[in-house]
Amino acid sequence: MSDTSKVTSPVEGDVTPRRFDVRRVLTLLGPAIGLVAVCILFGALRPDSFLTRANAQNIILHSVVVGIAAIGTTPVIIAAGIDISIGATIAVVTVAVALLVNANVPPLLAAFGGVGVGAACGLFNGACITWLGLNPFIVTLGTFLAFRGVADELSHQQAVAANATWLNNLMAPGQAPLVPWGVWILIALLVLTALMLRYTRFGRHIFAIGSNEQTARLCGIAVNRAKLAIYVLGGAFTGIAGVLMFSNLTEGDPTTSANTPLTAIAAAVIGGASLTGGQGSIVGTVLGAVFIMTIRSGCTQLNFSQGVQEMVTGLIIILAVLLDRLRNLRKA
Amino acid sequence: MTCPPLATPNTREPSACRLRMEAIRKRFDATQALAGVSLSVNAGAVLALVGENGAGKSTLMKVLSGAYTPDEGHMWLEGQPYHPSDPMAARRAGVAMIYQELSLAKHLSVMENILLGIEPRLGPFMDWRRTRQIAADAMAQIGRTDIPLTTPVGRLSIAEQQLVEIARATATGSKVVVLDEPTSSLTAPDIVGLFKLIGRLRDQGQAIIYISHFLEEVREISNRFVVLRDGQSVGGGSTAEATTDHIISLMVGRKVEDLYPRSQHQPGETLLAAQNLAGENKPTRASLELHRGEVLGIAGLVGAGRTELLRAIFGLDAVTSGHVKVGLVSGGSSRPAIRWSQGMGMLSEDRKAEGLAVGLSIADNITLSRLGWLVRPSRTQAIARQWITKLNIRCAGPAQAVVDLSGGNQQKVAIARLLYHGVDVLLLDEPTRGIDVGSKAEIYKLIDELAKKGKAVIVVSSYLPELMGICDRIAVMCRGQLHPARAVSSLTEESIMLEATGAAA
Repeated sequence: MSDTSKVTSPVEGDVTPRRFDVRRVLTLLGPAIGLVAVCILFGALRPDSFLTRANAQNIILHSVVVGIAAIGTTPVIIAAGIDISIGATIAVVTVAVALLVNANVPPLLAAFGGVGVGAACGLFNGACITWLGLNPFIVTLGTFLAFRGVADELSHQQAVAANATWLNNLMAPGQAPLVPWGVWILIALLVLTALMLRYTRFGRHIFAIGSNEQTARLCGIAVNRAKLAIYVLGGAFTGIAGVLMFSNLTEGDPTTSANTPLTAIAAAVIGGASLTGGQGSIVGTVLGAVFIMTIRSGCTQLNFSQGVQEMVTGLIIILAVLLDRLRNLRKA
Repeated sequence: MTCPPLATPNTREPSACRLRMEAIRKRFDATQALAGVSLSVNAGAVLALVGENGAGKSTLMKVLSGAYTPDEGHMWLEGQPYHPSDPMAARRAGVAMIYQELSLAKHLSVMENILLGIEPRLGPFMDWRRTRQIAADAMAQIGRTDIPLTTPVGRLSIAEQQLVEIARATATGSKVVVLDEPTSSLTAPDIVGLFKLIGRLRDQGQAIIYISHFLEEVREISNRFVVLRDGQSVGGGSTAEATTDHIISLMVGRKVEDLYPRSQHQPGETLLAAQNLAGENKPTRASLELHRGEVLGIAGLVGAGRTELLRAIFGLDAVTSGHVKVGLVSGGSSRPAIRWSQGMGMLSEDRKAEGLAVGLSIADNITLSRLGWLVRPSRTQAIARQWITKLNIRCAGPAQAVVDLSGGNQQKVAIARLLYHGVDVLLLDEPTRGIDVGSKAEIYKLIDELAKKGKAVIVVSSYLPELMGICDRIAVMCRGQLHPARAVSSLTEESIMLEATGAAA
């Protein structure tokens, strides 16, 4: 036993500090090692095209939308909630931004409008979950359909082409130093959210609510207000993801991002979040998102068909849940 | 009475000895959980297994029930070598475990639970006639034919659920029944009923292993006892011949001079007053006054509304009428956040479900009620380190998850939260439930010191010797009503029980 331990006699269920640290480090290191491993794998199989600067940029660009959505959904998962309506929210946001741009609203206002629509979607989810006391999975299953319906109604079930503005260039190279604006936005949100979770009272309350809501109540945390804030924040992040999706598509598309919720949740779980709440890491989530996109990119370069790619992604999601389970196995 | 030592492991045992475990050792990584434990129990006898939390009782019982394979050692059941490969094998061999946390399917009926996993069948279908028959026999054997077999188990009281679990053990033809802390969530009359049943099973020739923290119970129910400490059996013998002090000194490895330290408390001004307080269901009417420097005990049966009273005062449950006055502020319903800010803290009776976020670290749990807008992990860890030292919390460090700690150390973390918050009024609901004697003594000492420093403490407990030992005044609660508090010197355990059961006017 290490000398920093205060354990003086064998105690059931005790863990020595060294072992404890290894477990914590592994949680973050896991997705990083996985990422390096798949890069080596695809690099070996397609040395000419995979390990190139262009491909790396391509992967990161594809990770932006799902990565930002995943950053927003990670606090929701840490607080033991879930949001499967984020794909539909992104669709509503792209349509809303397209309509605002076409109504000659200044691009910046249109973008904020999109973020506001996302936050409103989150507010609706959060209100049903906290005020009506409904199960988050069921609520967002409902809005998964309902928000998609809103997008369909707003767009009359077809893509809304938007007038060209600088909003269309957020994901394009050459507009910002080194990488497109979207990537900078991802990095900024990554840093801010990670700091928020670790260094603010609100962040610690999110972990407490997810770990044990009763304890949070006992300790005087306004649980409902905090949960509402978490869903609104998640919705706003989804709104930002939606604005960048719009920029990517340069149109409002009511059918976009059907798989985004599951990919975002899988990214969070691969990155160390627990679906039972109380655990999760923003850095891990973004690594998880990049990991999934790297595998997609590799599969494309190996000329796997769309079907095979979806099978691989699906298996990765199952693998991620298995990881979640293994991490939470404790000595009985 | 005891089984004689054996020359070789294969020798047949005398038939009276139902179960024997010899020199059982089990190691987990760096921790030697069991370092050579031996015990034996005869047919028709009750063996009490006592020891502090972490002494190895649970590990030993997991070895017995087949959940763990021992590294070394031998076991015999009715003279035959017994080495269960898994819990199902142990159950088939006749070893039944009744755990503290009951393992019943709450939505299924009594009879379905009794025959869960061994359902009689007619071809591919359930044989409901035989299911009912076997279940009825099992309930008759434990003397409770009054419980309807078709009732969903979730609708029964905890005590009745426990009976169903015991009926399940007898229905499967158990030879050894292990009861792990069976009384921790029972009321006094239910405990009497349980003890009658244990006597009945004993007389039917079952061998019973009874695990408990309550030495009075051990004294009442067991023929023999074995004490575990640090993974070893350190003593045992006939219960009738051992004094309680002797058993305690074996458990803690030192002499316990006085479990309940008490110094002179100086009651000061009133810090908390409740007037005709009523909640949605309970309490129906409760008035109390709590003074600075005082420990007020609330006695009563489980279900009398003691926990609900604390919850109503603390703002966790709604108040429907009456007032709570904290300091100079008076009002009805409140919120925990307001109570904390008024200098009041509450310790939940249920550490795992409410008291602690067990997945989070010690530091997170201690500081949770008192965080600034910005949180520096290095600072919360430094704070936690102070409390770890002050309260002698045995752990690997402030970043360790609370789930990894023993019950007593978890409780100290929960109490540390109140102390770090610096509250003046402490509402402690069952502060020593399910923790070892050593930690209990430390918590009693702590409560005494807090009162001496001018804090006001309310202790709810179902354990009367403890209330009598640490409180200045005790109020009895009965069916939602709180009776007036009286000085502990004017009370006896008998008078409190009479009042609690509603026998005294």
